[in-house]
Amino acid sequence: MGFLHRHRGLTPYLLLAPGMLWLSIFFLVPLGFLAYQSLQSGSIDFGYAFTWAWGNYWDAIRSYRGQFERSILYAGIATVLALVLSYPVAYWIAFRGGRWKNLLLLFIVAPFFVTYLIRTLAWETILSDNGLVVRTLDHLHLLGVLGSNGRVLSTATAVVAGITYNFLPFMALPLYVSLEQIDQSLIEAAQDLYASKWKAFLRVTLPLSLPGVVAGTLLTFIPAAGDFINAQLLGSPKNHMIGNVIESKYKELLDYPAAASMSFVLMAAILTAVLIYARAVGTEKLTG
Amino acid sequence: MTTVEATLPAPRSRLGPLARAWAFARHHLLSLYSLLFFAYLLLPIGVVIAFSFNNPKGRFNYTWQGFTFKNWSQWNGVPGLTSALWLSLEIALVASLVATVLGTLVALALVRYRFRGRGATNLLVFLPLSTPEIVLGASLLTLFLQVKFALGFISILIAHIMFCISFAVVTVKARLIGFDRHLEEAAMDLGANEWTTFQKVTLPLIAPAILAALLLCFAISIDDFVVTYFNAGNRVTFPIFVWGAARVATPPQINVIGTAIFVVAVTAMLGNVILQRRREVRA
Repeated sequence: MGFLHRHRGLTPYLLLAPGMLWLSIFFLVPLGFLAYQSLQSGSIDFGYAFTWAWGNYWDAIRSYRGQFERSILYAGIATVLALVLSYPVAYWIAFRGGRWKNLLLLFIVAPFFVTYLIRTLAWETILSDNGLVVRTLDHLHLLGVLGSNGRVLSTATAVVAGITYNFLPFMALPLYVSLEQIDQSLIEAAQDLYASKWKAFLRVTLPLSLPGVVAGTLLTFIPAAGDFINAQLLGSPKNHMIGNVIESKYKELLDYPAAASMSFVLMAAILTAVLIYARAVGTEKLTG
Repeated sequence: MTTVEATLPAPRSRLGPLARAWAFARHHLLSLYSLLFFAYLLLPIGVVIAFSFNNPKGRFNYTWQGFTFKNWSQWNGVPGLTSALWLSLEIALVASLVATVLGTLVALALVRYRFRGRGATNLLVFLPLSTPEIVLGASLLTLFLQVKFALGFISILIAHIMFCISFAVVTVKARLIGFDRHLEEAAMDLGANEWTTFQKVTLPLIAPAILAALLLCFAISIDDFVVTYFNAGNRVTFPIFVWGAARVATPPQINVIGTAIFVVAVTAMLGNVILQRRREVRA
């Protein structure tokens, strides 16, 4: 400790070193390798070589445009659904939860304690052809709209429903955190100044919870856009997203350069969507 | 909220009877909606638990056919399932321990010290959290392939520690920020050196956060499929086993183990919640 005392400036770097080295070597460096791989050409039999093959990117976009568009579309719908579904509950827990808050939060994260794949398989049961959901939709004459050929499984509805459910806690938790931090007296002040409850919500609570909305949206949208499990287990090949293509290129076809370039296109697409969203929300609200 | 309303009845009395009825309905509407929401959230979990008692005739466990205890009594009767579970547990144990230690050190540095490169450090912690898992998995696999590193236990472990570190940093950091530095200064003023202060003051105070980080990392690790799938080579973890089974046959024992993991995890989290509440009551 004597050494540390004499070189106090070094302490933070010593604390950081192991964790940051790990993230650098096993997160940053691999991204570099992925970029390198994405510009290679050749075949698995004769080996891949680095040739600045920018064509990989054009091929990825041209051949799999549908899958890219579906990834963004499904993830976007699921994010909006998750926001609309969980906002009232986050509000309820934050303002009415009282001493049960922690327990209610445990309910919110409960799905995370069931293995991701198993809970997705459970949706396969819930949405199955003669199940309650299909019959109810049939009664409401919605089966033709939401399903196809009398089924919900193997449709876009099932995939979006699965994604929405699986990433819901990522939306609900940040919403709760931002709502919980709101100073109650601000809302009371608005009401004392004759704002209706609804107006106080719209003008005070909602704007103050915006950081949570932004965080929740990003935390839901990003993993959702890269997901392939829901499309694989609940959808049909017609619903496949870009994650499915990357997965099969990597694991089955061993076409690494194509898969690598698609990974970068996916990240670029996500970044673009996030930037458009940030633009719409307003950057000053995004940062503060 | 309720106490505040009770002490401030004035704004209430301004409302007419109709408005009051509407407020009452809306109050309960929100509660009712929340209950429905929780039912929706817990429905698949109920299905998983119920189907661990199913007695399926065919290869797939998707439709209800009859009640049985046999899946529970013969929980290890499926070839490959038990070894997959042990592998997952081993990985989760080691990965969560290592990631929590590394993450706690990073969190301490970030909250306690002003140093050059803080922004970059924060960014490096944040980036893996905002990268799709498939990209994390694919890029790590590319690294292993390029340097010809054999895939297996070690590569899975490396991957799990990598994506757990950020979660550990975030969890411990949140606790450290709301922490009274005067306690440490007092210890130092009383002649304790830095190490003694850390051991006797800092560590006990952030212990709940460290425990929470450990539990979180363990849960994330044991549940991870995507990154593991890319970097496991021919090793089979529990989620990889489920993925394979979903294509060929889903033995109900999968649900048994899923249920067991759920019960253990919820018990651990409940324990942590109760522990925290006791601490708050005492404080």
